Parts: sequence; C-alpha cells; structure tokens
Amino acid sequence: MPPVASPSAPPDTILEVQNLVTTFETDAGRLTAVDGVSFSVRRGRTLGIVGESGCGKSVTALSIMRLLPQPMGRIAGGRILFEGRDLAALSPDEMHKIRGGRIGMIFQEPMTALNPVHTIGQQLSEVFLIHRTKSRAEAWLRSTEMLHKVGIPAPEVRMGEYPHQLSGGMRQRVVIAMALACEPAVVIADEPTTALDVTIQAQILELMQSLQRAMGLAIVLITHDLGVIAETCNDVVVMYAGRVAEAGSVTDIFDQPSHPYTRGLLDSIPRLEHPRKTRLNVIEGMVPSLRDLPVGCRFQNRCPYRIDRCATGPALEVVAAGHEVACHRWRELPTR
Amino acid sequence: MDTPTAAPLLELDNVRMHFPVREGVFLRSSRACKAVDGVSLTLRAGETLGLVGESGCGKSTLGKCIVRLHQPTSGKIIFEGKDLATLTSRALKPHRRQLQMVFQDPVESLNSRHTVGEILSEPFEIHAVGDATSRRASVLALLQKVGLPANAAERYPFEFSGGQRQRIGIARALALNPNLLVCDEPVSALDVSIQSQILNLLLDLQRELGLTYLFIAHNLAVVKHVSDRIAIMYLGRIVELASADAIYQSPLHPYTRALLSAIPRPTPHGRPERIVLQGDVPSPINPPTGCAFHPRCPHATDRCRLEAPSLRPAPHLPGHTVACHYDLP
Repeated sequence: MPPVASPSAPPDTILEVQNLVTTFETDAGRLTAVDGVSFSVRRGRTLGIVGESGCGKSVTALSIMRLLPQPMGRIAGGRILFEGRDLAALSPDEMHKIRGGRIGMIFQEPMTALNPVHTIGQQLSEVFLIHRTKSRAEAWLRSTEMLHKVGIPAPEVRMGEYPHQLSGGMRQRVVIAMALACEPAVVIADEPTTALDVTIQAQILELMQSLQRAMGLAIVLITHDLGVIAETCNDVVVMYAGRVAEAGSVTDIFDQPSHPYTRGLLDSIPRLEHPRKTRLNVIEGMVPSLRDLPVGCRFQNRCPYRIDRCATGPALEVVAAGHEVACHRWRELPTR
Repeated sequence: MDTPTAAPLLELDNVRMHFPVREGVFLRSSRACKAVDGVSLTLRAGETLGLVGESGCGKSTLGKCIVRLHQPTSGKIIFEGKDLATLTSRALKPHRRQLQMVFQDPVESLNSRHTVGEILSEPFEIHAVGDATSRRASVLALLQKVGLPANAAERYPFEFSGGQRQRIGIARALALNPNLLVCDEPVSALDVSIQSQILNLLLDLQRELGLTYLFIAHNLAVVKHVSDRIAIMYLGRIVELASADAIYQSPLHPYTRALLSAIPRPTPHGRPERIVLQGDVPSPINPPTGCAFHPRCPHATDRCRLEAPSLRPAPHLPGHTVACHYDLP
C-alpha cells in the first residue's frame, strides 16, 4: 500500500517530510542532527528553511536527496513522501532515478557541484542521457536550449567550455540548468546564492523565480539570510539545534514571530533603515553543541523568557492556521 | 562623527597596487592586475570609514596596503607625518603599532599551536613592551576588554567558537593600543546572532578607546550600521564617497544605486524597485575603457566608453563625491 500524506497536509502538497530523524555515527557516539522535523512543500511555491550553522537545515536537504555522507549518516526515523512513495525507504537505484529527474538540486558552491575536467556540454548532456534520451545529438541540442533558458549568452560557445572559464554567477546558472533539465517537480536549493556577490545574487534569485513561474516548480530554499527568505519564500521553517522552532507563512514569521529565537534573529540583523552606530539586539551565548543538548527546549539557555517548565517539551502548538511554534510561553510574549 | 573639522589620521594619495600577471611559456610579466588603481582617501581621527564593494574590487588589497602587508606600486600613504608606502620595514616598525588589522577568518589568522595567552602576548614581545609579569596582566586586561573569561589564556584557538575566535583576533589587534584598525570582513564568516555581538563589541571599543576604523565589507547593511562615511569601490577605484546616511538616502552613482537595490530586505512587504544589473564584474587585468562600470550601466553613453570619470564633488551636497560624468536624477 502506498504511503499516504497526513490529513493535515495542504491539498496541493507535493513533498511531505514527516517526523524526520537523521543521525550521524561519530567517535563521540551517535549524534542526532535532525530530530523530528516535519513540513510540507506545495506546488509552485517556495518553502524556506532558515537557521544558523549546525541547526540541521542542510542535513534535512541531504536527507531528502538521500545524499547523507556514508556510512556515518543515516535516516533513523520518519518518512519523506513524494509522488506516492517514501523516499526514505527507496533503494539506492530507485533514488538515483528520482535525483536529477523529478527532484533537482542546487548547491552553494557551483565550482564543487561541477566536474572541472568535463565541459559544460558534457555535464549537462549527461543529465538528459541518464533521464530522458539515448541520442547524444538530442541531448546536446536540449542542453544548449537549457543554457539559453537560464540566460547564458552564446550557449553554443559555452557548451564547449570548462567550469573554470565561467564566472561564479554563470557557473551557478549552469548548475540551475542541470537541476531543471528534466523538468523536476521539486528543486532543493542549499544556499544557492551565498557564494555570490549581491548584484549577481539578485540576478540568480530573479532567474529562479521566473523559472518557477514558468514551470510551476516547488522550491525548497535553504539559507541563513533572512532577507533572501523574505523576498523569495511563501512558507518558512525556522530551525534551531535540529528541531523546528517555528513554521508559518512568510508574513506569519516576519510580522507575528512567536518564538523567542525567531524574534531574536529578526532583531539582531542590521537594517539599512535603522539609526547608525546604535547597539544591536543580541541573542546571548551560542548554539549548543549536538553532543551537549539541553533537555527540553533547546533554546532555553539563551532565552530571555526561560522558566522551569522549559526543561520539558515543548511540542509545536498552533498559533493560527498554518502557523506553529514550539514554545510554552508564546502567548505571553510582548506584542510587537 | 560627521564633523569635517576632525583631524586627518591617515591620508591616501593616488594609491595604486598593480600585481604582475605571469603568463606564457616563459612566465614573462606582460600585463598587470590593477587591483587598486588610483585611490585617494582621508581617514579622520575617531571615525569609521566603510569600504564596500563586490569580490575583486580591490577593497581588501587596499586595506592590506594601509597596514603595509602589500607595498603599493605607487602613491602615498601619509600617517603620523610619514609616507608609509616607501618606508623600509625597520623604519615602519614603530608605526606598525598604531595600525592593526582584524581579519575575516579567525580560524586561519590564529596560530593553532599557541595558546590564546601566547598569541596575545606576542605583540608585546615583538615590540619589546614590558616584562613577563606586565605582559600577563595586559593579556588578562585584553581578554576582559573583548568579553572573554580570564581562563581563555590557557586554552587553544580550536576550543573556541567562531565568534569567540573573532574576539581573540580583535584582542590581538588591540594589544599595542593602536589608533587605527583595518577590519577586513570581520563578521561575514559569523552567524547572524553572533555577528551582532561582534558589531556591538566594535562599537563599544571605538567609543571607549577613541579608535578609528576602516571597515571593509561586502554587506552594505552591516557597513551602514557601523560607519560614519562610506566609500563604494568598483574595479580598483572609488566611485562614490559620502556620509553613511547620504549613501543610503541619496546615492548618486548608478553602481551604488544598483548595489543598494540588490540587497534582499528582511521584510516581506514591498521593496524598492530593483535595478538588476546585467553581466558580471569585469576583470581588473583587462578593465573596460573609459568608466569601468559602463558595460553594466543602464545610463552609459559614448562619453562613458571613452573617458574615465574622476571623483568630483556632487553639486549642492557638501562632503559627497562621485565618479560619474552625469548628475543623474
């Protein structure tokens, strides 16, 4: 029997992560990098996963793609439902067909995502040869079209060039072309613009949004940049130390942040419209190590609203339709 | 500090840093990478001058010229009445105490085999300041100044988080009571919640010690927050220089405008109309003729393709200079 989506998932859900637990075997024992994370990704929309280093956002992406470092990394629990199948339970061969086919991916550093000894044309054609066609000529033709689609000037010339001959922005366009080559339903983008300059970042974000509109793509965008989240995402998941702290629509998160961590993050970024040289709000302390997580709420040692009860739970509570928060005291936080 | 009367602490006059490009079979140097190509600037005592630009614009190279990690190809760097650009390393040494640098990556800039105490006492040893007892006391005072516990002195850099390591880097730069700190991307490797802690520390230290900062970064929101004035760099040259508020409220150069509009704003409600620049930053080895920005500029004319604009005062805006042929609306 095919796995079924949870009844609470929105109707146009295309990818649903249910209670994902991902662990790593290390010299110091088993570490749980992702601990019971759930979210749904909807057709034609962008879901942002935001959090600081070590919060588990990239491990979540790698779990969905089944690209966890082997043999240390392992999906230890939960399901990843996509087109009637549980990706967490697929064989490596079955997953190989989905990856790069129905699910595309874009990584932070295009130089490491591309093979330096093969031409752009060879690498892009390979995607078509694995998933779509047996004819090399056709694969080449469709690759050239794809480069054109992502806004690379003179695509015929670029097809014969090597990654090092391209600028960072052009390389990221190639990576996007590879991710979208087989018209995937979902694209997972892990910090796709972090390595780029801001004027180039603007070009790439604009490109991703226009391709999304044209193809009805669902995008999972992983980033630490709240500005990128605000400008490109419909839905947001805020992660902290392996768990979901808060999830909701982009307006829920930015207008009605209900977790002290979300509030702390939003308040600590310098903003252009703020008065200069004033002290910024800070979140005291630092993210706990996965080896030494506090019992109960993982944010408690940095939280200004901590009470004894924070040593247990907290589970996600519904703030409003589609807006959930894992904090015992969300109702008592000062209004903003 | 917006007072134009504040005394100049450091003056750059037409500083150039050209690196030879070795190529061909015999690795002959036929062309130059013009990383910094004629920069003139004044740093006033007690101010923070922000230096902003994208990768490859020469902002870090300029910072390294100031602390003489690079010897500039030409131009003057006037500090305490001396031209640092031409001093021998022996003659430079007393001035080095006044000019210190904070680096982007606190992992790579701290020696992993030395304890934090050893790292922080090294500046005193190099400059033969004090004896063992007074150095120990100075190290403890430095740790306290940057918000680290006294027992940090016995530990090694790897035992600290990124934000704490940056505190160690700042403590080292402060050891000899410098006047000027060149901060090269001091927070870009840090998470947002830690970034604000370090920015607050830098603001507090400036107030307490009267420091002057050259704050180099690519993130205009961060630079605007800490700076009094901001210089925008593009391909080795300064294209606009004004007070931080003027750069934000009334940017004049088309590149500054594009840069400001490209910053993703952390609000889901409306953003200013975005100017998306076409193309990439050209190479400083083979820069475009005329105005280096013309291939990407939406307002470029034939004049821009032929004639390089120099930095000129903007009409009716005191203290605001811009390198553009036109007064754009």
